[in-house]
Amino acid sequence: MTAKQDWDVIVIGGGPAGLASAVSAHDAGARVCVVEREERLGGILKQCIHDGFGLVRFKEKLTGPEYAFRFIEMARERKIPVYLNSFLTDISRENGSYRLALVNREDGVVLTGGKSIVMAMGCRERTSRQIFIHGTRPAGVMTAGLAQYYINIQGLMPTKRCVILGSGDIGLIMARRLTLEGASVEGVYEILPEPSGLTRNIVQCLEDYNIPLHLNTSVVKVHGNRRVEGVTVCGMKDFKPVPGTERYIECDALILSVGLIPENDILDPLAVDIDPRTKGPLVDQDLMTMREGIFSCGNALHVNDLVDFVSESGDTAGRQAAAYAAESGRSRALIPVKPEGNIMYVVPQFLNLAGNSEAVVYFRSGRTIRNARLSVRAGETELIKKKYRVVKPPEMERITLDLTKIPAGTGSVVIELKEEAGDEGN
Amino acid sequence: MKETKPIRMVCISCPQGCALEIVKNGGEFGVEGNRCKKGIEYARQEITNPVRSITTTVRTAFRDFPRLSVKTDAEVPLADIFAFMREINAVEVRERLVPGNVVKENLLGSGINLVATCDMKGQGMI
Repeated sequence: MTAKQDWDVIVIGGGPAGLASAVSAHDAGARVCVVEREERLGGILKQCIHDGFGLVRFKEKLTGPEYAFRFIEMARERKIPVYLNSFLTDISRENGSYRLALVNREDGVVLTGGKSIVMAMGCRERTSRQIFIHGTRPAGVMTAGLAQYYINIQGLMPTKRCVILGSGDIGLIMARRLTLEGASVEGVYEILPEPSGLTRNIVQCLEDYNIPLHLNTSVVKVHGNRRVEGVTVCGMKDFKPVPGTERYIECDALILSVGLIPENDILDPLAVDIDPRTKGPLVDQDLMTMREGIFSCGNALHVNDLVDFVSESGDTAGRQAAAYAAESGRSRALIPVKPEGNIMYVVPQFLNLAGNSEAVVYFRSGRTIRNARLSVRAGETELIKKKYRVVKPPEMERITLDLTKIPAGTGSVVIELKEEAGDEGN
Repeated sequence: MKETKPIRMVCISCPQGCALEIVKNGGEFGVEGNRCKKGIEYARQEITNPVRSITTTVRTAFRDFPRLSVKTDAEVPLADIFAFMREINAVEVRERLVPGNVVKENLLGSGINLVATCDMKGQGMI
């Protein structure tokens, strides 16, 4: 067991969120290190070899590894120390700072401390158990991310003929990837009436290769003992099978793209408040959780659709974690941000009126709405009024709020998304 | 000139995915629904000769790094993607490359090169 020097900021996770936050914490003058459980930095981007990353941030179309490479280079230039192959096993609060226990092969248990911690652990894929596909466990039932890892990192083909369940972006990307590598993708099945991935991925991953997308349809049974031999699909209505619409499909794999969940288990000992909608911690605009000194960013905070916004939240969390480490204490005057109308969720969930006066706010609509109207209000004062031609749940929206416009004594800020009433003309 | 029925398509230039409506008016294209000028170029290309960039992986000679991610440095005709894939899948990388290094020049005589997108040297060490 070794005791190591203490840090101003410790970043948990060396993916795009963690790297961005480490760089911004360093640039804000903090002594910062990164803890990464894998042997290489870059997080999930290592296996996301397709392009389309970085259009917002770099105004270029980059592949995942190229996007990660830019941030790895930034961290390298700044000589930011990284604990690779290191797992965070425990975290506790002690005398106003945090004590961390890490485990790695070289040093065994490493005890270290930081004044503030940036949680950038990313998210995990929902598995077959979480969507109630029970029964035997034949080989060949896997998440899209695992299939992606086999193909892109290990160079192994996990299937010859498969069915993809769920129309999330990774599933769509994998439909194309598997097809390019010679597998046959029988179809993509989505239980909901609309696809959950981006429209561009429906076009360039499915339509380009004539892969059918079946909406309102799901897999109800997996056949096979040692290996998947086939699946039964069935028409669905309100999450219930429609009798008589079952169809058997012969295949050797069922690939799941049924959602992502922020990974925050390590926060359990600190009892950090989690938002049941995002599954990430409740935060203010500086991305500080309800625990002082604990910050959250990237897909650990909420699942993003663009890595560019993951990095943006990393920038904020890193900068604010550095500022917090330099302060003796932080006064917070938190008021809640209350979603109304068709808002699925909003991040941040709180505004600290004693904090940064500019707040970046992300939200998702609960359903597809054409001609939607957004209104952000503090009591009687309307802070933002905005019209959207169309808002869709898979496509996150971003606005900025000027907190100086919030009148003194305001108890909450309301963010409301409504369908524009046809001919009111306002 | 006679106006034909509008062609609808989704621009895939960026994740915004604008819904385009293209009206062919004689030899001219009128594009609507695009939020930037990329949409106009995309529509023109898509109607005349759809192209896509290829991102894939190639085999390497290194056990600790069995697969290198690569991309074409220009877009290739959609109809030729599988021919390009066959040529790319015959490649084996025998040296450690960094993003931007050319893996194979002039694929299928197209003038388009295959370039590395991943860092095989640094391996995340800082």
